[in-house]
Amino acid sequence: MKLGIQINEGPYQHQAADSAYQFAKAALAKGHEIFRVFFYHDGVNTATRLAVPPQDDRNITQQWTELQKEHNLDLVVCIAAAQRRGLMDEDEAKRQGKDANNIAEGFRISGLGQLIEAGIECDRLVTFGA
Amino acid sequence: MAKRFMYMNTKAPYGTVYALESLEVVLIGAAFEQDVSLAFIGDGVYQLVKGQDTQDIGMKNFSPTYAALGDYDVNKIYVEKESLEERGLSLDDLQHLVWEDEDEDWAEKDSIRLVTRSELADVIDDQDVVLSF
Amino acid sequence: MTTLHTVNKSPFSSSSFDDCLGLAKSGSTVLLFEDGVFAATTGTKSAEAITNANGVTFAVLGPDAKARGVEGKIADGIKVVDYDGFVDLVAEHDKVHAWL
Repeated sequence: MKLGIQINEGPYQHQAADSAYQFAKAALAKGHEIFRVFFYHDGVNTATRLAVPPQDDRNITQQWTELQKEHNLDLVVCIAAAQRRGLMDEDEAKRQGKDANNIAEGFRISGLGQLIEAGIECDRLVTFGA
Repeated sequence: MAKRFMYMNTKAPYGTVYALESLEVVLIGAAFEQDVSLAFIGDGVYQLVKGQDTQDIGMKNFSPTYAALGDYDVNKIYVEKESLEERGLSLDDLQHLVWEDEDEDWAEKDSIRLVTRSELADVIDDQDVVLSF
Repeated sequence: MTTLHTVNKSPFSSSSFDDCLGLAKSGSTVLLFEDGVFAATTGTKSAEAITNANGVTFAVLGPDAKARGVEGKIADGIKVVDYDGFVDLVAEHDKVHAWL
């Protein structure tokens, strides 16, 4: 199966990013393909490079970065939602005249069209939110 | 072949961002020429209430955008009857959304389809992809 | 078209479980996960509604029930699945409808 995953909520605040991660791992272990993981609404906050969660609990951003590396996943952060919430990559920061960028490794910022494309290309779109 | 995309709207506007940001997906999605429907159920029906004035809460009033949907070829807008009634609302309380049918000499037609829960269940059943926000 | 409905909110704090039941057609499956697992616990109105739901199959995500200490309280007739089972359910149905 070709899967699309949508994550609508921020890390820790809701279980969405965790549930999606466990689901994604299980799907990959079963040999399914994950076409794209699309982060929308507060879900874009999953892509911050600056989170320092307590050491005795999971690091959600890092989990996704590692899964991305291991399986060459396409982790897409919606640009409109990211702009609203202050998630920037280097290019965006330059373009917007901001003095910093904060996106984590393995994530890329792109347009809402990527979500629609996932809906078109995938066999199933699974949404995690609240 | 175009897929049938259904956008589910279950939340009221302004109290949370979902109404606004889901509308943004619809507008971008329109460029992909899929078979698009919108469903408004539960508190989602409040998104279509006419006469929204956000001046005193300092937020952008994005309700005029719904009126533009017809120009984006989004003209299947399902509103659940039971959700309206539970909220003391009727079709009259909602914006009058229309589209122009180029196959009928640009005749203006209603975009809103008032359906019962059971009819809506059949419509949703028929969709290929459901987008929830 | 068969649909896998997913419900992740407690039936006591959100109407999404009830809303889902109102629209789920016979032949579809409802997966209760995250806080939605509470809908499957014994002694609740929701568990009763589950028993009376005709033609709709219910499943609970075991790991979420276990996390919340209620895996021993899942009502009879409700399938318990793990994340592998969640993936299988997605594959077995034509589409997924998330109730948020």
